[in-house]
Amino acid sequence: MPIKFPFSRRAAPTDAWTKCPSCEAQVFNRQLERSLRLCPSCGHHFRMSVGERLDLLLDPGSFEERDAGIEAVDRLGFHDDRPYIQRLEASRVKTGLRDAIVWGIGDVEGTRVAIAIFDFRFMGGSMGAVVGEKLARCFETALAERIPAIVVTASGGARMQEGTLSLMQLAKTTAPLVRLDQAGIPFITVLTDPTTGGVLASFASLGDVVLAEPKALIGFAGARVASDTVGEELPEGFQSAEFLLAHGFVDAIVPRPELRSALGRLLRLLPVAATEDEGEDDGERPWGPIGAITGLAERFGGAVSETIGIDVDSPGGNGRSPAAPADREEER
Amino acid sequence: MTEIGLTASPPTEEAVAEAWRRVQLARHPGRPRTLDLVPLIFDGFFELHGDRAFGDDAAIVSGPALLDGRPVMVIGHQKGTDTESNILRNFGSPHPEGFRKAQRLMRLADKLGMPVVTFLDTAGAFPGPAAEERGQAEAIASSIKLMTGLQVPIVVVILGEGGSGGALAIGVGDTVLALENAVYSVISPEGCASILWRSREEARTAAAAMRMTAADQVDLGVVDAIVAEPGEGAHSDPPATARALRAAIVSALRRLSGRETAELLATRYARLRGMGAFLETGAGPSRLPETPSLRHRIGRILHLPGVPRRPRWSEIWPSDDHDPENERGA
Repeated sequence: MPIKFPFSRRAAPTDAWTKCPSCEAQVFNRQLERSLRLCPSCGHHFRMSVGERLDLLLDPGSFEERDAGIEAVDRLGFHDDRPYIQRLEASRVKTGLRDAIVWGIGDVEGTRVAIAIFDFRFMGGSMGAVVGEKLARCFETALAERIPAIVVTASGGARMQEGTLSLMQLAKTTAPLVRLDQAGIPFITVLTDPTTGGVLASFASLGDVVLAEPKALIGFAGARVASDTVGEELPEGFQSAEFLLAHGFVDAIVPRPELRSALGRLLRLLPVAATEDEGEDDGERPWGPIGAITGLAERFGGAVSETIGIDVDSPGGNGRSPAAPADREEER
Repeated sequence: MTEIGLTASPPTEEAVAEAWRRVQLARHPGRPRTLDLVPLIFDGFFELHGDRAFGDDAAIVSGPALLDGRPVMVIGHQKGTDTESNILRNFGSPHPEGFRKAQRLMRLADKLGMPVVTFLDTAGAFPGPAAEERGQAEAIASSIKLMTGLQVPIVVVILGEGGSGGALAIGVGDTVLALENAVYSVISPEGCASILWRSREEARTAAAAMRMTAADQVDLGVVDAIVAEPGEGAHSDPPATARALRAAIVSALRRLSGRETAELLATRYARLRGMGAFLETGAGPSRLPETPSLRHRIGRILHLPGVPRRPRWSEIWPSDDHDPENERGA
């Protein structure tokens, strides 16, 4: 919120500061905006809105939003202390978003990607039919255009107000990933604070590469549910990004200032697989296990093939097995 | 469908009583479990154990069996019947190794071209620290993914409680059947009540609001058909329940086995893809604030006063610091 100006010191607006949950320092909101929402004293990663994420990750001016008009409907007629429709409306007014996710096409360090970003402020980033639909369309577009897919998650899980239909979104968002696998399209997920429940138990865990922000809460069951079930206090740091890294479910923890360059590097290192027809007219084959040997041999002739111990000129064609062990025996 | 939203009201007392009656029946201690029904439905069930990586989870039972003379792969949650067996079976709540065992046997079914029949009866995947350490979420996610691409027919039967991700992990299928008094939900009614009503006492209301009975699930398109239960419920006559289930599974498999693999997968994809209702409004994408004039563009570079910075998406969707959102999903 903009700070009203002028204001007296005594009547400072209450929304000018945020208390850091890690080090309890009072942080000036303007400063948070300038510092990628990192706490200046302890580096705590505050949650980001979808707009701030887009500014952080994508090349300026490259993002094109898709399917902005999809809206949730109340299929169940759900009512707790107020109707689901009212909760939706309140979240829409608060965030300016239509649902908990925005997806579109944009460039990350020059690589065109299909990217979907959650916003936790919209009903806890919960996944209902709209979030599921947008994710499925994001993956399907990545498939059709043969560009990598990226999802940045921040979600409490499936949206209870949509009943089992929200549970079905786990399958709806996971099914297109099988097609991405078959087509050779890379899929990267970035887990941010918090990512729990049905979102983690579907596409979010299934990235070809899974990145996480430091100290993010990431877990299957809410900590309260878990401690109720086992009837004991849970260890410190349980369900953190670091916990998942230690147990092998996250590839890397990337601090926010490096996130964009990390994604850019990964996208260059893990390109979309060449399709069959592209591979045929293209003289320069990618460096595969076979490409490495034949490619070098073609370029440099026999000199290289000798150093790697395969005699490509022998009449046998494929070359006999390297005689290296015997040679070494003699040298000794 | 928007009209439904406008008339949303708290569930009536009758609806609450009816939903809770079904939940109680689904959780009835005498309700036949997977291992009670499997010998009555199939012949020669041979249980296979272990995920080949960590261990064996007794909360999921699985193995090949003959149905109508044809081999099928049977996978199901297994609850206990008394304290001792419930401890062994962890009350039917699987750990990751249970789902990984299921995946191993689904791959085997895929390799040999055998249809898969699964039985859902769990309150949910186990949420404890050991399960988190071994990747409960990843196990469920990869299980769902495997099922969406499995090249053999899958018939899913909800026997009792279909509890959230733990149920869906072996519950993605071409045909989904449910026993008459089975329930299916995204979160247990107690869990939903404690989050949305802030009191576990409201579980009955939550059960009705989530519309978790088998009939409601057919209405929502999540379940394809209901299998009627004898008398007062499946517990009153397990053999009759098994006969009804057998007939339903056989006819579902007959319908599915005629399909080509590509058609089978396309139909399964379309079924999942169509889950959930939404409104396609024509609203266009959110626009960035424009800074059109040359004066603005030069001023932006030179940081002249009164000239806005480069347009940012965060101006359209700014964050909101002083209102911590604590609503959570499941």
